[in-house]
Amino acid sequence: MEAQILHLFQWFWSLFGLWDLLWGVIEPIWPMLWILIKIVAIVAPLMIGVAYLTYAERKILAYMQVRVGPNRVGYYGLLQPIVDGVKLLFKELIVPIRSNKFLFAISPVLVLAPALAAWAVIPFSNGVVLANVNAGMLYILSMTSIGVYGVIIAGWASNSKYAFLGSMRSAAQMVSYELPMGFALVCVLMAAQSMNLTDIVNGQQSKAGLFGWYLIPLFPMFVIYFISGVAETNRAPFDMAEGESEIVAGFHVEYSGMGFALFFLGEYANMILISALTSLFFLGGWLSPFHGWPLLGAATDWIPGIVWLLGKMFFILFMFLWFRATFPRYRYDQLMRLGWKILIPFTLLWVVVVAAWMQTPLWLW
Amino acid sequence: MLTNLFVSLMANFQALVFFMLAIITVIAALRVITSRDPVHAALFLVLIFFSTAGIWMLMEAEFLALTLVLVYVGAVMVLFLFVVMMLDINLERLREGFWRWFPFGAALAVVMVVEMVWVLGNEQTAKTGEHVAKHAANYSNTKELGRLIYTDYVYAFELAAVILLVAIVAAIALAFRRRGGTKRQDSEKQVAVKRADRIRLVSVSPEKRGE
Repeated sequence: MEAQILHLFQWFWSLFGLWDLLWGVIEPIWPMLWILIKIVAIVAPLMIGVAYLTYAERKILAYMQVRVGPNRVGYYGLLQPIVDGVKLLFKELIVPIRSNKFLFAISPVLVLAPALAAWAVIPFSNGVVLANVNAGMLYILSMTSIGVYGVIIAGWASNSKYAFLGSMRSAAQMVSYELPMGFALVCVLMAAQSMNLTDIVNGQQSKAGLFGWYLIPLFPMFVIYFISGVAETNRAPFDMAEGESEIVAGFHVEYSGMGFALFFLGEYANMILISALTSLFFLGGWLSPFHGWPLLGAATDWIPGIVWLLGKMFFILFMFLWFRATFPRYRYDQLMRLGWKILIPFTLLWVVVVAAWMQTPLWLW
Repeated sequence: MLTNLFVSLMANFQALVFFMLAIITVIAALRVITSRDPVHAALFLVLIFFSTAGIWMLMEAEFLALTLVLVYVGAVMVLFLFVVMMLDINLERLREGFWRWFPFGAALAVVMVVEMVWVLGNEQTAKTGEHVAKHAANYSNTKELGRLIYTDYVYAFELAAVILLVAIVAAIALAFRRRGGTKRQDSEKQVAVKRADRIRLVSVSPEKRGE
């Protein structure tokens, strides 16, 4: 891959006779440049994905509520997210008086940056990954856990009661739901016997297609991981941090223009991240669900892995939107009860169950 | 010329990263005790944890580094900030006894610095002369650590776990008190409610006007 891209560059710049000059300059920094190219290749589609996820959300919610949704800008309203982005760019940035200017400015970055940094270890296909690290799962957990700082600091630095209440709620919620999320991942870790994300997906490869996925033995963990993921991203029905009806918009009530847009980007980037992780951990990542099946297996084996991965991610993202259209917002005490009294004890129990199950010959994965 | 500089920089890239992280850590540590706002101090503490995790990562202790971020940055400091933000701290009162206690604090600091110099300044104790061997790419720090704490150091590990458990139980026992007269909702009961418990349909016979 690297050699091919280099070759392409060489061909392009040789047309102008500049290749030797250029290569003299970039040769020492090429390894860094190559990583930068890979980062752009991940982040650019991700940002487009985020933009069109907002469109998908509005459109899907609209159809679920028997409306039409955005349909004015471009065909079927397809240019709507771009127009929204431009609008937010040109809006005035308002900084509340007696707020902490530096922290107020930095907190949207603190929400978005971990959501993007976590993508470094996400494999898109066998071996197609920016950093194939051994402790990938742990890295993901720690990156998703520091996203809460943006929310807390935004609430505090805004010098506003609504924002502060929103950030307090969100801090407690995110810390509580990290635990069941972690325990669910401990089950995956035990089943795969590795924290490397590529190895976890390869551990789900079998002749049985989708029956080889960790979805089957760890089904309760899949459900719990997804519920915690919805809570971690502060999405409906766990969007107490925003709670329009009681605390107007929660932690980002004082933000306008691009500051608000960054929070928005962070939330949707986190949703895409959770959907990618759920498909990697439980739904076999880039593996075909029909692999090894008679007839269907042979008929679908030509489909590239990235298509399966994206299909699984779309499905999970659709569930996010579906939840938002279906469930009313949880009450705060109900949310805490669900996290601490139901999910955490259950995950603890299931860790023991999986550990015992793996010692028996009944463990087929 | 520029290329040579760059090559030599890349050769010592690890040292460069280490010094950057170390400088950030030291400055942030100073700011923890000098900043006027307790929230800022707590945030600088977060920065210390983060850059220390980076230093540990350079030493190939990726499990410890990531756990430091996960546990201390992701959970402990969040709760810490949570409390600090809600407290109404009067700095004037906190500073009252500063000069009275300053000699005591300074003496303690001197003792600590002497101890550190004593240990770290000596090649025998600090083992600065030894070079840690680089591990192969498939070496899993996590697996090795797990093997060690569950075999060689299993008693120490279990003991630490029990102490933590006792601390949790003690903290809950100290903070837990039942106040009389509080109203609470029981979610089980709320969920178990049937339609018949709340709604009673009465058939009301329409009355004729004028009777």
